[in-house]
Amino acid sequence: MSPAESRLRMRQEKGVTHVEFIDRNILDEGNIQQIGEEISAVIDAGDRPRLLISFANVDHLSSAALGTLITINTKVKAKGGDLRLADIDPQIYEVFVITKLNRLFQIHDTSEQALASFT
Amino acid sequence: MGAGPTNAPEEMHFELVNDRSAIDRAETDLVRALEERDYPKASHFAVRLAFEEAVMNALRHGHRDIPETPVEVHCRVDRDRVRIVIEDQGPGFDPDDVPDPTLDENIEGASGRGLLLIRAYMASVEFEDSGRRCVMVYERPDPPAG
Repeated sequence: MSPAESRLRMRQEKGVTHVEFIDRNILDEGNIQQIGEEISAVIDAGDRPRLLISFANVDHLSSAALGTLITINTKVKAKGGDLRLADIDPQIYEVFVITKLNRLFQIHDTSEQALASFT
Repeated sequence: MGAGPTNAPEEMHFELVNDRSAIDRAETDLVRALEERDYPKASHFAVRLAFEEAVMNALRHGHRDIPETPVEVHCRVDRDRVRIVIEDQGPGFDPDDVPDPTLDENIEGASGRGLLLIRAYMASVEFEDSGRRCVMVYERPDPPAG
């Protein structure tokens, strides 16, 4: 059986793994689980992982997707790494504010600003 | 010639199991009804999000042990409000038992965020029949003149 098609685009940039979503809607539970597994594999592969997740292509996301982001954040912190989020549409950013997850995550307006924030 | 905005109410009925394409079609139908009544884009986002969270709560929790049984959804879209009723046949729940996910001790927890978002975006949310029936109403933020 061939592996499932990736839901993510990933590239290395200045020692940071830059992650972008392929789907505009992060709603499907199977896809959300796959996204979590793909990013977890990156976290597990290195010491002190540095991740930037861009939401540039995302129109909708569910509370299940937020749960996966929280799990990713926990794993990154457990390995002494850093996670940044960026390029979040104002409507989606409001979801982070309502859930107060804007206080848990380090969120930047753009990927460039997020990249520059890694020390 | 394209039709302009309509004021006539529209009623919709869906029977949904955990099938992403069917849920997507229902959400597309609902957003289309809002578009036809000239609701702003922010309303499309809010109603779709609340619909998604309420349906998934019913399927994921209410119908966990009866996945082949559909959740019943009735929607009525008027010119100034959207009423959505979601009924499941699960064991029910007490919404007061759902932890507040914004508290420091729960912020990294797994539950409660869907209900929080529904309440944030809807004008009213009520649970009836021991939590098996969710009645939520969205009100247009900019009521049309006339």
